[in-house]
Amino acid sequence: MEKRSRAFYVLAVFFALFLLFLYGPTITIAILSFQGPQGGLTFPMNGVSLHWFRDLFQEQAVGDIWGSFRRSFALGLMVMVTTVVVSVMGGLAFRKRFAGSTVLFYLVVTSLVIPSILVSLGVGLIFSQSGLDVHWATSGYGSQLTWTLPFGLLIMFAVFNRFDKSYEEAARDQGATAWQTIAHVVLPIIAPSLIGVALFGFTLSYDEFARTLLTAGSYNTLPLEIYGMTTNVTTPVIFALGTLTTLFSFLVIGVFLMAVWLMNRRRARQGSDAGKGMV
Amino acid sequence: MATLLKNRHLTGWLLASPLALVLAVFLVLPIVMIVIVSFWGATEFSIYPAFQFDNYEFLFGSPVTYKVFFNTIKYAVITWVFTLTIGFTVAYFLAFHVRSLTWQIALFLLCTIPFWTSNIIRMISWIPFLGRNGIANSTLISWGVIDEPLEWLLFSDFSVILAFVHLYTLFMVVPIFNTMMRIDKSLIEAAYDSGATGFQTLTNVIIPLCKPGIMIGTIFVVTLVMGDFITVRFMSGSQSANVGRLISNDIALLQYPSAAATAVVLLATVLLLIGILLRFVDIRKEL
Repeated sequence: MEKRSRAFYVLAVFFALFLLFLYGPTITIAILSFQGPQGGLTFPMNGVSLHWFRDLFQEQAVGDIWGSFRRSFALGLMVMVTTVVVSVMGGLAFRKRFAGSTVLFYLVVTSLVIPSILVSLGVGLIFSQSGLDVHWATSGYGSQLTWTLPFGLLIMFAVFNRFDKSYEEAARDQGATAWQTIAHVVLPIIAPSLIGVALFGFTLSYDEFARTLLTAGSYNTLPLEIYGMTTNVTTPVIFALGTLTTLFSFLVIGVFLMAVWLMNRRRARQGSDAGKGMV
Repeated sequence: MATLLKNRHLTGWLLASPLALVLAVFLVLPIVMIVIVSFWGATEFSIYPAFQFDNYEFLFGSPVTYKVFFNTIKYAVITWVFTLTIGFTVAYFLAFHVRSLTWQIALFLLCTIPFWTSNIIRMISWIPFLGRNGIANSTLISWGVIDEPLEWLLFSDFSVILAFVHLYTLFMVVPIFNTMMRIDKSLIEAAYDSGATGFQTLTNVIIPLCKPGIMIGTIFVVTLVMGDFITVRFMSGSQSANVGRLISNDIALLQYPSAAATAVVLLATVLLLIGILLRFVDIRKEL
């Protein structure tokens, strides 16, 4: 191993400090959520207990946490599935360089950079002026898609830019129809990236606050519920909730990573035998 | 039918139609609606359709507007400087000093994990750090650096920018790392062989080649900071304002026409800025 330069050590320390900066606060509230019943929002720890977690599970003054969690979860799944399907279709469409694709592309960029509160305000206004009720599954769902679809589509661009077109040509040469080529060649190849899109879709939706603010209607999603708590709850119960939602995010990432791993293993097992036979 | 499906324009639009539909209904229509409502009038209890410039006249006639826009741009610029410096350094370390791909991916993932936690939770988690009796103050006092707790740590411009950097640096790291990973290492060797110092290689080779990543990161950070209202509200303890807060305050007071007028001005500012930034980079080519 060749000797590391001094720059390496300086940068390594910088990187470690960056990680500390990223993780420090979250770890702190995780520790503080185990405060004893008399403990407050800051150190010192006043005993160690599960009091604040119990507090969360006994539905009481802090609002409808579990209901909002269920809604956020359902909405996350809806957005996730839609994002994957629509992004793949969009990605395939943009490969065709159809007339008007540039306009659509700039619309996607606009959707990505437009301040979230504008989407929230606009969708809210449209629903109220046309006499429709805002609801998390209609207006909330639509406004979240304006944020998840551009992300999904950009990932699909990156995927298709690196896609080896000769696989498709081979399939066409063997007489596959356009649909067969997509179903049996393109989709299996891009499948691991689709898990990435799904993960993005789910977590972006699950955490989205600003776009749901005026479009969720009378039933809160979890970020709205947490936001409500920040203004009126001054006990470590809010840290306990933070710890739980963080753990839940880790669980979701774990499930997605597991799916990628399984998919790769299956692929390795059923892989090509080209070049392995007798010459 | 078969020949019709061979037309790439038609199949292109068929495939893109769900995307186009969502964007038409939930992006274009809302923007049009906001522009229309920005000309409406409002009484204390209701809003009514009209075509008047009152909202804009009030907006541009009020010194608060200029102060708030100045504040918004101040937040954006300061956050941009910090996220760019930190993001570039982190990406540089990962791309050029970490040698095995496995370690690069592992360390990169380590940076992205906090991103999956709710923004609001990540903001709350600064309270035990920055509060009057927080970790920062008690540490500084025990070290004898200060005698009294620093009041400006929490609920100040300082904490707002700290939270912005905490929340958004990743948006800088990812695109810069992406472009760095695609730099041909032989270019760097060539620079060294031609006698360039490490610093010269950085400024003459690496930074110019990273420009697209820096531009994309800039677009993300600047637009996120300019549109943000929750971080500013929360971390400033409602003591500072940016344009996003101006809008959300109007919304809370049900002054939709006034909120819409501010939104139109904000949108114009953001789009103008992005338009300028996009002159320097072809996003579609860089993915």
